[in-house]
Amino acid sequence: MCLGIPAKVIQINDSKEGKVDYLGTRVKTNFSLLENIKPGDWVIVHAGFAITKLDEEEARETLSMFREMAKLEQRQR
Amino acid sequence: MKKISLELGSGGKLMRDFISQEIVPRFKNPILAELSDASHLPQGIAFTTDSYVVDPIFFPGGDIGSLSINGTVNDLIVSGAEPKFISLSFILEEGLSFEDLEKILNSIKEAAKNARVKITTGDTKVVRRGQGDKIYITTSGVGRIVGRPNIQNIQPGDKIILTGTLGEHSLAIMLARGDFGLEAKVKSDCSPLNFLIPLWKKGVLWMRDITRGGLATILSELAERIPHSLLIEEEKIPFSQAVRGATELLGIDPLYLACEGRAVLVVPEKKANPILKEIRKERQAKKAKIIGQVENKIGKPGELLLLTLTGGLRLLEPLTSELLPRIC
Amino acid sequence: MKEFRDKQIIKALLRDIEEKISFLPQPVRVMEVCGTHTMTVHKYGLKTMLENAGLEMISGPGCPVCITPNEIHEAAISLVSKKRNVILATFGDMTRVPTRKGSLQTVIPAPGSKLKIIYSPQESLELAGLEPEKETVFFAVGFETTIPSIALTVKKAFEQNLANYSILPALWLIPAPLKSIVEAGEIKISGFLYPGHVSSIIGQKPYQFIAEEYGIPGAIAGFEPADILLGISSILDQIKEEKPRVHIEYRRAVRPSGNPIAVAQMDEVLERKDACWRGLGRIPKSGLKLRKKFSAFDAETKYQLKIEEGSGDLPGCRCGQVLRGLVSPPQCPLFSRKCNPDSPYGPCMVSFEGACLVYYKYSRQEHKR
Repeated sequence: MCLGIPAKVIQINDSKEGKVDYLGTRVKTNFSLLENIKPGDWVIVHAGFAITKLDEEEARETLSMFREMAKLEQRQR
Repeated sequence: MKKISLELGSGGKLMRDFISQEIVPRFKNPILAELSDASHLPQGIAFTTDSYVVDPIFFPGGDIGSLSINGTVNDLIVSGAEPKFISLSFILEEGLSFEDLEKILNSIKEAAKNARVKITTGDTKVVRRGQGDKIYITTSGVGRIVGRPNIQNIQPGDKIILTGTLGEHSLAIMLARGDFGLEAKVKSDCSPLNFLIPLWKKGVLWMRDITRGGLATILSELAERIPHSLLIEEEKIPFSQAVRGATELLGIDPLYLACEGRAVLVVPEKKANPILKEIRKERQAKKAKIIGQVENKIGKPGELLLLTLTGGLRLLEPLTSELLPRIC
Repeated sequence: MKEFRDKQIIKALLRDIEEKISFLPQPVRVMEVCGTHTMTVHKYGLKTMLENAGLEMISGPGCPVCITPNEIHEAAISLVSKKRNVILATFGDMTRVPTRKGSLQTVIPAPGSKLKIIYSPQESLELAGLEPEKETVFFAVGFETTIPSIALTVKKAFEQNLANYSILPALWLIPAPLKSIVEAGEIKISGFLYPGHVSSIIGQKPYQFIAEEYGIPGAIAGFEPADILLGISSILDQIKEEKPRVHIEYRRAVRPSGNPIAVAQMDEVLERKDACWRGLGRIPKSGLKLRKKFSAFDAETKYQLKIEEGSGDLPGCRCGQVLRGLVSPPQCPLFSRKCNPDSPYGPCMVSFEGACLVYYKYSRQEHKR
């Protein structure tokens, strides 16, 4: 039930409904639980509702930490 | 008073019990007891039947008509036969649009041509509005036996080949139902597997088309019948991006999604590459791959195991209850 | 995103964890309270890898389908099998939970009634609009991840004055049972892995009391294997430094203040009530019910459903103990014998996030060896 997927906002109308895209598949999504959402933003979608906006800066930081770790691991082998 | 529930039709334990407790003992005979996709009769004849209640009747890449031909044709092919003749029975609901019926008939004609079968007999019935859902089709198929599955000769090292990407039929049905406002570039993989027929003479040991229950169910049912284990690798299983995206979004496991034009084969190790090459010549099987092998060093006899992307081992069990209703 | 599942990264993180554990008194026990965490831990083989490193992962009450007691399932079954022209809209795995009255999947609906499996609460509203001659009842189950969406849906129904719509609520709040489990002291928990998406709604504050009053470390983790390992790593740091707190690992999706809009929606439509959890019994202020303004949308009162508390699990079922972390699935005598995915005896073997089903699907192989 906690299943939430990061997806990109494709369209959002005035009633805060629209679609998100995940790997080319699009699904109807309700954005009423968030504010200031525009196409191109990344959100976490759960049961047809966007529940939080993904902080891309934080995501990038975590990813670069991982890349560092992967490099270290490579060197250790 | 015991009544039939929808659960019975879902292909899980309830249905298996029904068949083993009510059908097989009641109609006792050795051919039925084999419970194979198509029964092999004396004088080299193979015979099978299936009913189609798919909802909706039209979906991207096919309709109930093409499904009714390809499904039955494929059952014959994977049992070792060249399909020849089909019987076609309709139960039509009063009020069905003639235009829709025409579309379906033309679809059947096209599918029969592609599968090289002739429709030689059939029936049409009409029931009152509300007493049937638009159209139900039953097709029986007769074919000429050209080979036979040889499960006893399956041994460790034999390779498992998958003829193409998984799950497109299921996804197409979901799209056609308008579930979740889904939009994806996908078409049902509904198609005949005639290109596999010659392989029966090239050493194929076993094949099955991947219908309800998906790859995991089909292969775990095979595993249960042999004294070895089966290992498949997640990395090697081909998926289209659309299926990957939709299944993650919806939280569905694509290994259990039904197809209607994909098969999985077990072939001797030495013949795997030449057979793969043959298969790939077919347009709809360009993405065919060797996805695993029969094992005797990993897992226990009767098990189907998945080597996951992260290097772990996962036991795959047959699907107990269909994820989506009326998919075929 | 692929990096979160990368083999090299996972190896590196595991080595880091192994090292940290070697300096700590063992065993180290971490309880996760989210079905999706349970699934990830087993699916990627993390459970065994962590065990080999000296860390025991325990599953807690993180599966809303599992902790909803049988009496509520039985009420839904009664409704659809006795009342005509009812559409019971529900999430998929709710339909197979076995009770004394059978399961939603096996009962025969009353004439004109049917079960409809939906993926989003929104669909239940659409159903009511599409079939005005029928009564749509949404079997609304979930934790704080799903609850705001459910609240929004009821609010919409209210605004549209939908007379043929109601919900049968089974709404559960996560922080409350954690307190019960810690107070009960049945197992010594070294740290908690907090649910990522529940936390993106409620934020960090609701868990503070576990660190401050009980001194137990915790981390809010995401759902990729790397997220979980990073969360565990933080817990180990907290143990070593003797500085228990609520660390946010899942920073890309969780803000310390959570999602105030979502919380406000919940507050507007729902209010707290005492609730009976399977296995944990009655926990004060741990559930939610519709506020008076929205009471016309409560199926329990609308259809006078009798929900008898304590109607109980099927005899011999150990789901209650599994949900408290006392019994791991293979320790249940019914596991894989009388109770298996084909014919489940309790909800933990039914729900996609149930500890027993997850164990059966992903780890039984390990257990057998």
